[in-house]
Amino acid sequence: MPSTKNNWLTPATKMGLSIALATGLYGISFGALSIAAGLNLWQTVALSALMFTGGSQFAFIGVLSGGGAASAAFSAATLLGVRNAVYGMQIKQSLRPSPRLVPFMAQVTIDESTATSLGQASLSERHLGFWTAGLGVYVLWNLFTLVGALLGERMGDPAAWGLDGAAVAAFLGLLWPRLKSAQPVFVACAAAIVTAFAVPLTVPGVPILITAGCAVLFAVLTGRHTKPATEHGQLQQVDQEKT
Amino acid sequence: MSELSWWLLGACAAAFALKISGYFVPRRVLDSPLMSHVAATLTVALLASLVTMNAVTSGQELIIDARIGALAAATIALIFKAPYLVVVLVGALAAVALRATGLAA
Repeated sequence: MPSTKNNWLTPATKMGLSIALATGLYGISFGALSIAAGLNLWQTVALSALMFTGGSQFAFIGVLSGGGAASAAFSAATLLGVRNAVYGMQIKQSLRPSPRLVPFMAQVTIDESTATSLGQASLSERHLGFWTAGLGVYVLWNLFTLVGALLGERMGDPAAWGLDGAAVAAFLGLLWPRLKSAQPVFVACAAAIVTAFAVPLTVPGVPILITAGCAVLFAVLTGRHTKPATEHGQLQQVDQEKT
Repeated sequence: MSELSWWLLGACAAAFALKISGYFVPRRVLDSPLMSHVAATLTVALLASLVTMNAVTSGQELIIDARIGALAAATIALIFKAPYLVVVLVGALAAVALRATGLAA
């Protein structure tokens, strides 16, 4: 926590605010694409307020716009949310939160808040980074989702505005930052090929689940030599302090 | 409420359950190297699958149309480190331009 009220604009809060603005703004594209995918205003707003994890939200509407069933949209969104469980574990280890705060922290445990927090050096900065990015993205993401949804309702034919092209770009933009080494690039290419082969052979919505199954199998077969997400030494310390 | 709304609320509940499980599930379950590796691999594979579905499929058909141009334009924007919102706009503009000029359907 900051020692005085005057120094709240620390490196962590500055980073959190700029990430909140950049991420929040593309809530516009989510809102517009959600309406184009056939969801109504309230369903769109509910996804941002309650689900609040961009990748899963885009996945949910992406499966529906491809003609997939609601159950397939549910599965794709939920599988994409698995990484947030790993983030929660990292944040718990790093910030040692009080149990009262955990339900609130969990809702804003996403890519942006985790990255902002874990990038800071001191404990107080990690707290500030988590909350600034988490709450900042939450407020702006929901606000701009509403703006995008209202715009989307007035746009009419999605293809006439290039919204189908925007959806392709939106998913590629979410994927791109994760392609930092050879293995994720290989996984992405393999996933694209599996999906393309599965599309003509199965009902819409199923190809993404087949791809997910292949990915888990591949990860289990190759995952023996990777590092744990957290450092066990520090975690044991946390456990001792709590008990 | 429609069936879609129930699935939607269920997906929201599942998303929250996953987030909070990281704070409560015993460490040995989640903090294995394998779990992190599976989560990271799954994320990349699902996003790549969604790119493919949105770029070249329509229902159960594989189709090459203006969306493949949007994919190429977005890739170029990302190579030049454009911000996310610019990448999305470039994708939309490419699709509109290709259709307006009659180069793609």
